[in-house]
Amino acid sequence: MLNEKLPGTPMSSEEFEKAITIEDHPALEYAWDDGVAIGRYLKELKNGRIVARTCSGCDRIMIPPRMFCELCWRPTDEWHFVKDTGVVNTFAVTRVNWDASRRGPNEPPLMPAVIEIDGASKGMGILHLLGDVDPKKVKIGMKVKAVWKPEKERTGAITDIKYFKPY
Amino acid sequence: MGYNKVACVGAGITRFVRRAKETGRELAWEAAKMALDSAGMTLKDIDCVVMGTAPDAFDGVHMKGEYLADGSGGFCKPYMRHFVGGGTGVFAPIHGWQHVASGKFDTCLVVCEEKMSSTFPHPQGAFITIFDHTTEQALGPTLIWIFALEMNRYMQRWGLSERDVAKVSVQNKANAIDHPAAQLGQKITVEDVLNSEVLAWPVKRLDISPASDGAAAIILTNEHKARQVTDKPVWVSGVGWCLETAYWATRDLYYPVYVEKAAKMAYDMAGIREPDKEIHVAEPYDPFDYKMLHHMEGLLLCKRGEAAKLVADGVTARTGRLPCCPSGGALGVGNPIAATGLMKIIELFLQLRGEAGKRQIPGDPRVGVAQAWGDLMQVGTVVVMNR
Amino acid sequence: MAFTERLTRNVDMTAWHGKIPVHYRYTLGLAGEKFFTALKKDGKFLATRCDRCGITYAPPSVYCERCFDALDTWIELPPTGTLMSFTVVTEDSSGHALKEPQIIGAVQLDGADTVLIHRICPHCVDCLCPGARVKAVLLEKKKRAGGINDIVHFEILE
Repeated sequence: MLNEKLPGTPMSSEEFEKAITIEDHPALEYAWDDGVAIGRYLKELKNGRIVARTCSGCDRIMIPPRMFCELCWRPTDEWHFVKDTGVVNTFAVTRVNWDASRRGPNEPPLMPAVIEIDGASKGMGILHLLGDVDPKKVKIGMKVKAVWKPEKERTGAITDIKYFKPY
Repeated sequence: MGYNKVACVGAGITRFVRRAKETGRELAWEAAKMALDSAGMTLKDIDCVVMGTAPDAFDGVHMKGEYLADGSGGFCKPYMRHFVGGGTGVFAPIHGWQHVASGKFDTCLVVCEEKMSSTFPHPQGAFITIFDHTTEQALGPTLIWIFALEMNRYMQRWGLSERDVAKVSVQNKANAIDHPAAQLGQKITVEDVLNSEVLAWPVKRLDISPASDGAAAIILTNEHKARQVTDKPVWVSGVGWCLETAYWATRDLYYPVYVEKAAKMAYDMAGIREPDKEIHVAEPYDPFDYKMLHHMEGLLLCKRGEAAKLVADGVTARTGRLPCCPSGGALGVGNPIAATGLMKIIELFLQLRGEAGKRQIPGDPRVGVAQAWGDLMQVGTVVVMNR
Repeated sequence: MAFTERLTRNVDMTAWHGKIPVHYRYTLGLAGEKFFTALKKDGKFLATRCDRCGITYAPPSVYCERCFDALDTWIELPPTGTLMSFTVVTEDSSGHALKEPQIIGAVQLDGADTVLIHRICPHCVDCLCPGARVKAVLLEKKKRAGGINDIVHFEILE
């Protein structure tokens, strides 16, 4: 049986603020190699296109592209351009930022979504944002199209697509 | 099958709290010492130690396994650390089971610890790196996004409402009132859940378990040692684990295939053919209320899409036919990432021995299943225990 | 089995730059709070003793790592000790040269069985040898914050 009084000493936030604590700001900076597949993916995003890879073992057209098929356990075969339209598989609506702070009253909510990209295999989704749509009108199954940054503002990043909106 | 029988003979747990005064090592020691005392054993009786603890980024201690070693009883002993996100707490007894089942060791001390309160601005910020650094982090995601996306898909697939899902939070937080380690045991209503702050629709504050500090520990031994230590050993009769792809957006999130695979592996080993009939008590992982439903289905405790009805009908209450999370779960007791799953294992240990006090389910339960989940909606870890 | 495409020019390699944007505030713990409070308020060094194993821990611990007993025997140690080992550091953790070399030592306080890592007075560089007798130099009381840097350094006693 567990005792009613277990070890462990809780601290309230007031006690925590008053206690001696040690603060550390580690400099955790990284340069993550893109590799061949994502390197090309980002390069094509700068060109305003979305590129996938194919695997003839399982006949999938995969996005994000990858140099080996994780199901067949073999190298993937070819590059294949897919559309910049898709279907909403699921979505959420939020006013909370990554650090738990809240979006301002005049800022619209963020709408993350998994978007199944047309031209890729069924179910191949990517994480992105929805925009230019009333959150109350968003539905699973909705058809959406990428809204791109103007060409000169694109840098070769997932954010070269600003968001997806219904069409 | 060629491996030894393994029993759980002792358990220890600290309070789960939002921020603990103790360092991570002190928390680990408190739980591990309590486990040893509960079995009448000393550190000399322990042949090896396994430690489960989530990413170093939570406690903010590099090489956290090594740091926690002496607090976990690992001083000058064979010691291994493992981690599979939130699945760690149920993977820990599997890791310990391997050490004893192989015959290499007679006894194993299994410890899990988490001290998330060190992370600023908020522990959830440490999760940002769970997303792909190149193709996802630039969108500014939070951990709650993934849950919200999965919850929405699950609800839409089965035609559930937020009200249906909220009942899980009401049940588990109420159960936790009777757990001495509980951080958030409380009586709430479905309306309270529906009116709580929307963090990422459809997820609201009261749909979620809290960030916590805490530690838990159990002692595993072979049969010979178990019979010396206790007249009520609880056997680890089935273990299973399975990891899915990190390409999480290419999986349809409404069903956890990886939990089903892990469950089948464990049930197969335990000789369970009809889990919905043969399991007497279940502790599915519930960091969010809808996850308990999701996992009940993955554990084959009911048909797909039916878990919400079982909750609504009282089947999963402590007095129901298949009590789920009688401990109060992560929602009520708290969620120090790696330690939560081990808290569930400890709950099975106590329930099957008839020692769960106010939480005891009636009717002499003999077979239980605990499950944990983690990473990028990826891992299922399952343990079946029986007396 | 090899990938069907490779990058063969290093100028074609690209990377995504980012940070892990968290920082930390650590509590001192049950033992640490007593140790650093005594250091801050009274300039004293506290230790804990395991009577079963005959080991004195300084810095202190609330448990013995060897036998796992709870340790509640607290004792005060003098600010003197023995230099068990040392090194002279000339670069910082990013690999840049330090303006002045820094001496780091492992000090066993008198009565302790464990060592404490800290700075050794830079003027003592010619007296460094394992076994040298050392004494803690503390910040004046009003500047002490309850951390390891309340000790300025250890100086070697003649």
